Amino acid sequence: MASTIKVKAKVSGDIADVKSLMLHPMETGTRVDAETEAVVPMHFITQLTFTNNGKVVMVANFSTAVSRDPYFSFKFSNASVGDTLKVAWVDNNGGTDEIESVLE
Amino acid sequence: MHIGKRMFIKGGLALAALVALPRALLAAVWPEKAFNVTTASEAMNELLGSDQSVPSDEISLKAPEIAENGAVVPVKIKTTLKNVQSISIVVEKNPRPLAATVEILPGTLPEFSSRIKMRETSDVMVVVKTDSGLFNTSKEIKVTIGGCGG
Amino acid sequence: MRKAITIIAPVLAALFVQQTALADPEEDRLAFIAFYQARFPEIPIAEYANGIYAIDEDAREQWLEIEIFPPYEFAVEQGQEFWEEVFADGKTYADCFAQPIAEIRPLYPRFDSDHDTVVTLETEINYCRTAHNEPELDYAKPEITAITAYLAFEARGNKLDIRVGDDPRALAAYEAGKQFYYSKRGQLNFACVDCHGISSGLHARADRLSASLGHTTHFPVYRSKFGRMLSIHERFSGCVFDVRAKPFALQSEEFRNLEYFLNYMSNGFEVNGPGARK
Repeated sequence: MASTIKVKAKVSGDIADVKSLMLHPMETGTRVDAETEAVVPMHFITQLTFTNNGKVVMVANFSTAVSRDPYFSFKFSNASVGDTLKVAWVDNNGGTDEIESVLE
Repeated sequence: MHIGKRMFIKGGLALAALVALPRALLAAVWPEKAFNVTTASEAMNELLGSDQSVPSDEISLKAPEIAENGAVVPVKIKTTLKNVQSISIVVEKNPRPLAATVEILPGTLPEFSSRIKMRETSDVMVVVKTDSGLFNTSKEIKVTIGGCGG
Repeated sequence: MRKAITIIAPVLAALFVQQTALADPEEDRLAFIAFYQARFPEIPIAEYANGIYAIDEDAREQWLEIEIFPPYEFAVEQGQEFWEEVFADGKTYADCFAQPIAEIRPLYPRFDSDHDTVVTLETEINYCRTAHNEPELDYAKPEITAITAYLAFEARGNKLDIRVGDDPRALAAYEAGKQFYYSKRGQLNFACVDCHGISSGLHARADRLSASLGHTTHFPVYRSKFGRMLSIHERFSGCVFDVRAKPFALQSEEFRNLEYFLNYMSNGFEVNGPGARK
């Protein structure tokens, strides 16, 4: 299956500008499905972690109030072109996904 | 009728607890209690140990005046404060005000952008924790149609 | 207000289009542009391809933020995978189209003399599948809209090139689409032109109304409201529902003709789909 994570990471000087987009329903647990008329259970990314060359550079903790198909961007220093950036998420159902990307 | 159903759900459905599973996969502690409380003050107390923070013009929150869609409100947060440890977004009128909290590790810049849900027009507060204490900036974002999926 | 519209609409409709029996699509298109130019003199014509974001500043800011990393990227990726799938007989979609991929979207909808009807990109995809003994795709399911999202993306920057020509049947289909656009319907008794022409830029409850000029260039769209891609016929369906009329079926003749007319009105505009909308 294709990855649920897209990441664009560019280095300028020694600062990496990281933009990420994840495919995830981020269900609040209060939405009623129009067709089934049932409440859609809560299902959301709880934590998003970025690791550069093995060092954790960002931990973002989410609630259900982060939008569906979440977007998250940030910057970190001491970055070099060619570094390996790993992006991983965990959700409340124990679901996970991760992707590796090379800083450009 | 659609609106009737939305009102009913709001009143009748107890909010299920937000829980992160499983612990082993998490890189850091997920602040479960802070994410579950229902007032901004309690959220700050749980997460940061205090609900008192100093307004600071060294924090910028770029967000719309009127959200086009309460389900996707783009926010861009930046601060020039020093020694930042965490940045949190608190949406006062959301059923659970703490929307997200981000750890600013050494070497990481104290800024980020994301998209959040707002149930209704509300003050959105950014709370920055530094080694000197807690600082905030706040902005009212108007929402015409709520974004929580009701 | 409604009474005023009822009286004004035919007058303004006359300003929009030729009322003569031999209406000329090109004259219609130029009158269409002239109407919006007069209504919003400060908006450059090419900007209309951005829909309401050509008119509403605050909404435009939010849209630009979304466009930094738009949610439709996943659909484009999926669409490419679907497009490159090999049918059981060894052929692919590319075998059904004479043009290179970037030149496909700008030609649709088109009038097809063999099928004697307007063919949209979606119906063309299904004709292709049928020709290769593959089951048709459901117009309400994500797969077909992922494919059109991919085709829109590949065609970005290329100008719409919708043809009516001399075929009287094509002209009749164009006319039918045009009539639909100007006809009142539903309990609210609104025609498309009432909101997207006469009242463009004004508010309908909390929403500002976009202009019809340039409307079709950015479809399909990722709608934040639904968290998924929406085809233009799904949007037509929503609009018809919103004026309290019964929506026509996706890819019905009514909607295909309407899509034909609207794309013709935006001829020359650059494709900028897929789009991100609220």
